[in-house]
Amino acid sequence: MSTATPVPVTAAARHPVPRRSLRVRRLTGLVLLLAALVACCLLSVAVGAKPIPLMTVWDALVRPDVTLEDHIVVRSLRIPRTVLGLIVGAALGLAGALIQGHTRNPLADPGILGVNAGAAFLVVVGIYVFGVTDALGYVWFAFAGAAVASVAVFVLGAVGRGGATPVTLALAGAAVSALLSALTSAIILIDVATLDAYRYWAVGSLAGRDGEVLTNVVWFLAAGALIALASAPALNALSLGDDVARSLGHSVKRTRVLGIVAITLLAGGATAACGPISFVGLVVPHVVRTFTGPDYRWLLPASALSGSVLLLLGDVVGRVVVRPGELQVGIVLALVGAPFFIYLVRRRKMVSL
Amino acid sequence: MAVLTRHQGPVAPKVPGRPALRRGRFSVVWRPRTVLVLVLTALVLFAGLVVNIGRGDFPISIPDVVAVLFGGGDRGQRFIVLDLRLPQSLTGALVGAALGVSGAITQAVARNPLASPDIIGITMGASATAVFVIVLGGGFGVVGSTLVAVGLPIAALVGGLLTATVIYALAWRRGIQGYRLVLVGIGINAMLLAVVEWMLVVAEIYEAARATVWLTGSLNARGWEHVVPVGLALVVLVPAALVLAHALGALQFGDDTARGLGMRVDRSRSALLVVAVGLAAIATASAGPIAFVALVAPQIAQRLVGAARPPIAASLLVGAALTVLADVIARTMLPAALPVGIVTAVLGAPYLLFLLARHGREARA
Repeated sequence: MSTATPVPVTAAARHPVPRRSLRVRRLTGLVLLLAALVACCLLSVAVGAKPIPLMTVWDALVRPDVTLEDHIVVRSLRIPRTVLGLIVGAALGLAGALIQGHTRNPLADPGILGVNAGAAFLVVVGIYVFGVTDALGYVWFAFAGAAVASVAVFVLGAVGRGGATPVTLALAGAAVSALLSALTSAIILIDVATLDAYRYWAVGSLAGRDGEVLTNVVWFLAAGALIALASAPALNALSLGDDVARSLGHSVKRTRVLGIVAITLLAGGATAACGPISFVGLVVPHVVRTFTGPDYRWLLPASALSGSVLLLLGDVVGRVVVRPGELQVGIVLALVGAPFFIYLVRRRKMVSL
Repeated sequence: MAVLTRHQGPVAPKVPGRPALRRGRFSVVWRPRTVLVLVLTALVLFAGLVVNIGRGDFPISIPDVVAVLFGGGDRGQRFIVLDLRLPQSLTGALVGAALGVSGAITQAVARNPLASPDIIGITMGASATAVFVIVLGGGFGVVGSTLVAVGLPIAALVGGLLTATVIYALAWRRGIQGYRLVLVGIGINAMLLAVVEWMLVVAEIYEAARATVWLTGSLNARGWEHVVPVGLALVVLVPAALVLAHALGALQFGDDTARGLGMRVDRSRSALLVVAVGLAAIATASAGPIAFVALVAPQIAQRLVGAARPPIAASLLVGAALTVLADVIARTMLPAALPVGIVTAVLGAPYLLFLLARHGREARA
C-alpha cells in the first residue's frame, strides 16, 4: 500500500491483503476438509478385507436386504466402524488442539496430561486383577484411568503458588505419566499373560471395538466437544497470556478447569474406545494452524474435522496394505502421518505457540 | 566450579557480588550454592554406590566395601565387589550421568523442560534397533543379520546415532531452529514408537517380555565391557559440554539476542546437540532407555542450584545419584527384581511433583 498519501487509515486498509487472504484460506480449508471427510467416509464403507462392488455398497445403504451377506457386512460392520472412526478422530483432534492451547506447548498431546498412561494403567490392572479380556470390558477401566490421571495432573500442576501455568501442567503431566507407565511396566513384567493381552490393546485400533463400545462413550465425547467449542473465545484470550486474559474479564481458573474437563472427556473417551492413538492429537493442531491461524474459534472445529479425516484415512490404509491381515490404525498413522508431518514442518513456517 | 564464561576483550565481565576466578581466557564465577550442591550430590552418589555394592545375596559391610575399593579386602570380597557389583553400579552411575547431561543440554537448547532426548526420538531410535535385534534377530536379510552379529549395545548405538542424524538432517533448513528440531523429533519418535509396538505385537510372547525389560531400562548383568564405552564417552563429551555451556546462557534469550551478543548461534547449538546426542545414544546402548532420568535430573539440578536453566555439572551428578539409588531399590528392596527404569520413574516423578508444588512460581523452561 502507498504510505505517502495522507488518507485516514482504517483497520481494513492497514492490512487489506492478509485479512482477506486469511478468510479465503480458512474457508477454502474448511470446504476442502468437508469434502475430504465425505470422501473418507465413503472409502471407509466401501473398502475392506472382503471386496464388495460399489453398487452393492450403495444398495446396502439405500435399500438394505437383510438376507444378503454383503449388505450385512456393510451395515453391521463397516458403518459402525466408520462412525466410530469419525467420532473418535474428531475427539482426538479437538483434545489435541485444546491441550496445546492450555499448556502452550507444541509437544503436548493428550498423552502429556497423563490420559494414555492412566488409561493403560487401569486397563492393565483390569487384566491382571480382574481378568478382563475384551474391548467392551476395557472401556470403563480405560475411561476411569484417563479421568483420574488427568484430574491428578491438573491438581498437581495447580497446587504451586503460581497456579496452573503451561509449564507446571506439562511437567506434572510428564511426571504422572512416567509414574503410571512405570507401574504398568512393573505389572506386565511380573505377569506374561497380562503383557500378552495388553500389547494388543496398546496399539490403538478401530477393529472389533465398534457398536456397543461407542454407545458407552459417545455421550462423554459429545459433552466434551460442546465444552471445548464453547471455550474457544476464552482460550483465545488465554493465549495472549494469563494477565491479559484476566484484564479482558476472563476467569483464567474457570477456563482451565473447563479445559481439563473437556480434555478428559474427549481424550479419555477416545482412548477408552480405541486404545491409545497418540498421533492425531499431536499433529492435527499443527497442520490446521497453518491455514486457520491461532484463532480457536476456527482452530477447534477444523481440528475436529481433520482428526476424523486422518483417523478414517489411516484405518482404510491399514485395511488395504497388509491384506488379508490388518495393520492397526495407530501404527498406520504414525508410519504414514509422520513423514507427511515432517514434510509440513520443513516446508511451511509453522505457527508457533 | 560453576559457570564457565569465555571473554576476549581486556575488560572482564562482572557478576555483581560474586568474585571471579580467572586463568588466561577462561573465568569461573564463584557461586557457593552451586559448589555446595555439587559436593553434597557427589557425597550422596558415593554413599549410594557403596550401599549398592554392599547389598545382595552375599552382603558385604560398608567398611569392607570401602576397604576393597581402596585396595584391601579378601579374595572373595574382591571378586564380588570388583568383578560383579562395581561394574553394574558404575554402569548405572555413568549412564545416569550421561542422561543427566544430555537432558540438561537438550532442555536448555530447546528452551523447553519437556525436550529430553526421550521425547525427541534419540533413545527411541536406539530402542527400535535393539527391539529389532531381540525380536526379529536375523530375520531381515543382510541388515538383520548384521545387526545381530554386532550385538545389542552396538546395534542400539548405531540406531540412536542414525536416528539423531536423520532428525538433524530433516530439521536443517538454512540453520537449525529449536522449534523445528523438536517438531521433527516428535514426528520421528512417533514413527519409531509405532515400529516398536508393531514388533511387540508380532513377537513371540517371551521375546516380547525380554524386549519389554530392555525397553524399561535395566542394569542387570552389566560388566566392565559396559562401563568402558560410556566412561570414555563421558571423559570426551562432558568437558566439551562444559566448555560449550557458555553458549547456553545467550541462547536462552532467543536467537536474535544471542546473535546480538556475538554468538555464532547455529554452530554453538549444533555442537551442543552433537554432545547431547552422543551421550544419550551411548547411555541407551549400555542400559536401555532408563526412563525419566534425562527429563527429571536437569529439572531437579536446576532447582537445587537455583539457576535459570538446567546446569550441566549438577545435572550430571543428580542423574548419576538418582540412577544408583534407584538401582539399590530395584535390586534389593522390591518383592520381585524389576528393571531399574521402573524405580527411576517411581522415585523421580513424585520428587518432580514436590518441587513443582513448592516452587510453582519459579518453574520455568
